[in-house]
Amino acid sequence: MRFPLLVAAGVLATVVAGWSWFHLGKPEWSPAETKLIASLSLSTLPQLPPDPSNAVGDDPTAATLGRALFFDTRLSGNGKVACASCHVPDRQFQDGTPLATGMGQTNRRTMPIAGTAYSPWLFWDGRRDSQWAQALGPLESLVEHGADRTQIARLVAVNYAADYEAVFGQMPEVTALPEHATPLGTDAAKAAWASLTEQQREDVNRVFANIGKAIAAFERTVEPRPTRFDAYADALVAGRDTSGLLTPVEVEGLRLFVGKCDCTKCHNGPLFTDQHFHNTGVPAAAGLPEDQGRIIATGQVLADPFNCLGAYSDAGPADCAELRYMDREGEDLLRAYKPPSLRGVAERPPYMHAGQIATLADVVRHYNAAPAAPGGHSELKPLAMSETELAALEAFLRTLSETGTDGGQQP
Amino acid sequence: MPKSKLPLRLLWLLPVALIGVGGIGIAAMMQPPPADLDLSLTRATEHGLYVGTLEPGVSPIPVGTIQSWTVAVTTADGKPLEHADLSIDGGMPQHGHGLPTKPQVTEELGGGRYRVEGMKFNMPGWWTITLNVAAAAGTDSATFNLTL
Repeated sequence: MRFPLLVAAGVLATVVAGWSWFHLGKPEWSPAETKLIASLSLSTLPQLPPDPSNAVGDDPTAATLGRALFFDTRLSGNGKVACASCHVPDRQFQDGTPLATGMGQTNRRTMPIAGTAYSPWLFWDGRRDSQWAQALGPLESLVEHGADRTQIARLVAVNYAADYEAVFGQMPEVTALPEHATPLGTDAAKAAWASLTEQQREDVNRVFANIGKAIAAFERTVEPRPTRFDAYADALVAGRDTSGLLTPVEVEGLRLFVGKCDCTKCHNGPLFTDQHFHNTGVPAAAGLPEDQGRIIATGQVLADPFNCLGAYSDAGPADCAELRYMDREGEDLLRAYKPPSLRGVAERPPYMHAGQIATLADVVRHYNAAPAAPGGHSELKPLAMSETELAALEAFLRTLSETGTDGGQQP
Repeated sequence: MPKSKLPLRLLWLLPVALIGVGGIGIAAMMQPPPADLDLSLTRATEHGLYVGTLEPGVSPIPVGTIQSWTVAVTTADGKPLEHADLSIDGGMPQHGHGLPTKPQVTEELGGGRYRVEGMKFNMPGWWTITLNVAAAAGTDSATFNLTL
């Protein structure tokens, strides 16, 4: 009897000690964990590099014009839709609904803007390769702004001529052109576009591209701000006392984030995104057409006349490496979407590319369960997290909100 | 009694074994790269036909930035390999995915050196880069390890 009792006591003591070491009594991070945590801090975000495709990207006058255009509802088919209608400034430039509503309803969730100037790919599927090329898409989408490029060029010529010319030089004569003409859109607008001379089309395209570049100049000023997590990471790296900066539960969530859950596989770097495309088995959105994600978008960005290599880009081919060496095809791209930055994620429900998941708690459960993808193959593997761990991971994600605006409390 | 005494005496090993197994399990979850990884950027190809050298040109190799590298190739006896047909790919063995880009050899620089554009790594960790070389002596390849 003596031996079994001793052995049982020994096993118990060892298990308790081991559990404590992993969960409670391990105040120190390993060098690898510290390095990973440091790499997530906003302090490691480099100064925003210039966008070679947008010569006015860092021109404050262009940003002022872009800001005015961003809020101007006249850039729409019904006079009611501005960029800011869905990209609401005091809501992280998004709208809090599963699918965006402009003149109609889109098939995707509105994306936030902060930090997107660092991204080589825009939209959930990366079908555009710069902020300025991205800004042009919704303007001519029939379910978003529902405008067209002669309408926009004419509107700018009438209302913004001086501001435009201060940035881009002489405004071409566009006010005599058809009110509605575009190579996309309605049959009438396409027919009107076909009736223009090559020079007229070129002039309109140039003004249209410049509108996008001005809007991008404004969007480049929208930057992420520090969070409680950043304060913790910076203190950790500097060897300062981290006590009180995050709660023990939040620290446990961070440990899961960089460890067991392998979240940094996709959500890495100071913007918490690898800027690439991943299939994470997100369910198809009910009632929407089949969405294949990145695998369709690679062809779209290559064909976009406003891409980095196009006639309206200010970049040379050497500046367009992302587009030139893009991974264009393969099963990995089917239903693959860009991981959005996790900064501010707690205030941005619903989640995923069509708002399929309502709450942050359910997002964490999705990654824990790792369901099969409705198309292609999910990169996820089940994580077997306990309820306590799920809550800790969610608590950590809530520390990624800007200080003073987060849903969490100061510890 | 002697028969049952021996196993009982060894039961103290049970907690030790549990810790060992648990440790291995946690290590596998966090997936550190193998400790004995050969990180040499100069390697002979698999069948010994060539020797390849990767020259990232920047250290440490950054995560998330698209890069242009130089690759140098010699024959087995150390002569620069000119006019070879090179290709390069890579991935993360522990994650089962490739590079986020399709790098291409864009220029022969002379002296057995070649420019490779479009190199990019989208997460920290253990990456492998495979250099495929086709020239008169035959086709061969070398796989390099990087930890970012």
